[in-house]
Amino acid sequence: MTVPEVETPLTPGARRLSSSWLRVEAVRDYGIVFAFLAMFITLSLSSPVFLTSANLLNVLNQSSEVGIIAVAGTLVVIAGGFDLSVGAIYAVGGVVAAQTVPDIGVPGALLAGVLVGLGFGICNGAIVTVGRINPFVATLASQIIVRGIALVLTGGTLITVTDPSFATLGQGSVFTIRYAVLVWLGFAVIVALLLGRTTFGRYVYAVGGNAEAARLSGIRVGLVRGVTFALSGLAAGLAGVVVASRVSTGQADTGAGLELAAIAAIVIGGTSILGGEGAIWRTVLGVVLITLIGNGFNLLNVDPTYQQIFQGVIILLAVGIDAWARRSRR
Amino acid sequence: MATAPHMELRNVGKRFGGVQAVADLSLSIDRGTIHALVGENGAGKSTVGKMIAGVHRPDAGELLLDGRVVRYHAPRDALADGVTIIAQELALVPQRSVLENVFLRSGRASHLTARDKRQRYAELQEEAGFEVPADVRVASLRVADQQKVEILKALARDAQLIVMDEPTAVLNSAETERLFHAVRALRDRGTSIVFVSHFLEDVLSLVDTVTILRDGKHIRTGPAAQESPETLVTGMLGRTFDTSFPEKVPVAQDAPVVAAVRGLCAAGFVKDISFDVRAGEIVGLAGLVGSGRSEVARAIFGADKRDAGDVEVAGEAVDIASPRDGVRAGIALLPEDRKGQGLLMQRSILDNITLPHLDRVSAGGVVSPVREQKAVDDLISRIGIRASSPAAKVNTLSGGNQQKVLFAKWLFGRPSLLITDEPTRGVDVGAKRAIYELIHSLAAEGVGVLVISSELEEVLGLAHRVLVLREGRLVAEFDQSQMSEESVMRAIFAADAGDGEGLAS
Ligand SMILES: Nc1ncnc2c1ncn2[C@@H]1O[C@H](COP(=O)(O)OP(=O)(O)OP(=O)(O)O)[C@@H](O)[C@H]1O
Ligand SMILES: [Mg+2]
Repeated sequence: MTVPEVETPLTPGARRLSSSWLRVEAVRDYGIVFAFLAMFITLSLSSPVFLTSANLLNVLNQSSEVGIIAVAGTLVVIAGGFDLSVGAIYAVGGVVAAQTVPDIGVPGALLAGVLVGLGFGICNGAIVTVGRINPFVATLASQIIVRGIALVLTGGTLITVTDPSFATLGQGSVFTIRYAVLVWLGFAVIVALLLGRTTFGRYVYAVGGNAEAARLSGIRVGLVRGVTFALSGLAAGLAGVVVASRVSTGQADTGAGLELAAIAAIVIGGTSILGGEGAIWRTVLGVVLITLIGNGFNLLNVDPTYQQIFQGVIILLAVGIDAWARRSRR
Repeated sequence: MATAPHMELRNVGKRFGGVQAVADLSLSIDRGTIHALVGENGAGKSTVGKMIAGVHRPDAGELLLDGRVVRYHAPRDALADGVTIIAQELALVPQRSVLENVFLRSGRASHLTARDKRQRYAELQEEAGFEVPADVRVASLRVADQQKVEILKALARDAQLIVMDEPTAVLNSAETERLFHAVRALRDRGTSIVFVSHFLEDVLSLVDTVTILRDGKHIRTGPAAQESPETLVTGMLGRTFDTSFPEKVPVAQDAPVVAAVRGLCAAGFVKDISFDVRAGEIVGLAGLVGSGRSEVARAIFGADKRDAGDVEVAGEAVDIASPRDGVRAGIALLPEDRKGQGLLMQRSILDNITLPHLDRVSAGGVVSPVREQKAVDDLISRIGIRASSPAAKVNTLSGGNQQKVLFAKWLFGRPSLLITDEPTRGVDVGAKRAIYELIHSLAAEGVGVLVISSELEEVLGLAHRVLVLREGRLVAEFDQSQMSEESVMRAIFAADAGDGEGLAS
């Protein structure tokens, strides 16, 4: 929420707002911005390589798969859901794309990978809404099933694609910007507009904030929730296709842990895990912040084994500040 | 007056973000008295109550308990000093039973054996003068019953000072009377009560001392005997104000029927309800809590499944199977529980108001901020919502202003039938009058209105026609000429009075 700086007199009795603002709230609402800037400035000062366009573009490129998934995952979380199956869907999307290239050509294969993701997403949505199964449990189960399907499809082997044009999406670039980066940022912009500007976006907030009030407002709660899962599946398929293209292979066992990386980014960004609150720009910053941590460790030659500890601490800090700000508001 | 007051506030202040909710307030609550806080919505009454009970921490000034400075960091600390609050926004654990809720964190009483708890619970019910089944889940209770559970819970804690923030907002007059009886009994045993309410007559009949707040500031404190509803209103608003009901505009002879309900059965016990609402007509639905009023409303709107029966809107049969169908048919339902069923507490006023009819301010699924802002600005000023901006989150508003947001939300769609379940719950006198006027002006524009209220006075003051429900049946109907408090009361309570009237099925 934005902080009103100037008083808007609604009625003659409206309260005067002072210019000072509770710091605690600011930390919570804009904590991700502070953290991001702090990290960015620290790295700029401590490494001469950091602030080069090559490095920054590299950071974005590295964050594209988590980014695509986390952006759609933000919708799921705001709508009050949770999607643990994205890592598996990501693998299947890449596998399908790699396998179908010989039969239907590169564009068709890429599309097929994305659509398979969408299909699994729709299944998740149906299980959660029509089947009324807790999203955590539902996607935990579907993750196992989808991973199994990926293994069946590949027979456990790497699917290598020989057609060189398959690699264009993952490796090609315009003006030194990778297509993968464009896909990620483009997807983020589209989803941000969807959430911030459309009626659907409002319904997503409503459904996650108070499902009963949403229902009594005439909103089809199940449909809205289902669509967020469908989009999450689509995003996972898309990310899988981008990475399969980057490495020219489809692999059934990739993407393990991706769902947790995505959720970590969402939470660090400041989107409430309880639903009803959050924003896409937060997630984008969260994703980039996590990637910056890895990048910084590399640039500063810190032992990468410490990286995980550091990331975990940052997540705790993010969630801790959130909880603390909620409490001290009273 | 030689002894120190039970609770004293010295130059207390509390600010939320940019809003100074309470400023430089000094107040003494004497032991064994009932002390009322009155003021407009947003005047700071709940904030004062919450500071006393340790829910909020004052950011200026100090609290003295029996002359000793106290600093409460949590309600637990206050409870240890025998201070507790019945909050305006109910705070029970919905999945737990009534009994568990009542003894939750109740100090010594939480360690009682199961049997002793039941015993104690029976005593508490006796003390309070009303009964709530001990073993049902709180989630399945009506709001009024949840309120009673809150009261029992406060009693169970054996507190010496109880803040009651609008405990009667959802109770009917008989229940209110019983609660008052209990409150007086508490006072006579030396308990001090801080009582917040918008029912000024009730306040004056109950309390010993009244404090008026306006815009977070102390206006005056004095004996209740020296105040009248008029003097209180003048103090609260800073000007004189007419609190009577607006004059009823007769319904045109040839006004078309906007909604016809035929043979409605719902919720298992509501049977065979039939009535019409005409354009411009305000129909009151009276009855005890549990008589089926809310069930009728919810079934018409589609919030619950109908067991049988039909609804016609504007002469056409509509098949309403969900709230979505209800909204599309032009029906609006203001639910009685604004927090649980009405509002998105973390979203802005703006988002809440436009939610059911977003299509009116959007094109091709894209919301137009300009159109939205304009539509909402009109409503906000018409209804008089007090907030820092339309972008303010609903959970930062005072209770009454939240209620106004709920109203704005459902007026935004220009419904043809407006059903309001407790339309003025927790609303101050000024806003109440504004809501009444709003209901009248909507009726004048041809909206049919169905008003459900536990305040009989409100039903009688607003409605052209009153329908009385008892145990799920429509048992009486009064038009303007027959409508009197006594006759309606008799119809409402007839079953209790034990007259053996047979109910044909
Ligand atoms: N948690 C909060 N965050 C921000 N603002 C708040 C919060 N609680 C209260 N306020 C603001 O403080 C002011 C006083 O609110 P309070 O709830 O004490 O009013 P009230 O007198 O109880 O009103 P009502 O009769 O409507 O219940 C209001 O302007 C309200 O918007
Ligand atoms: Mg209040």
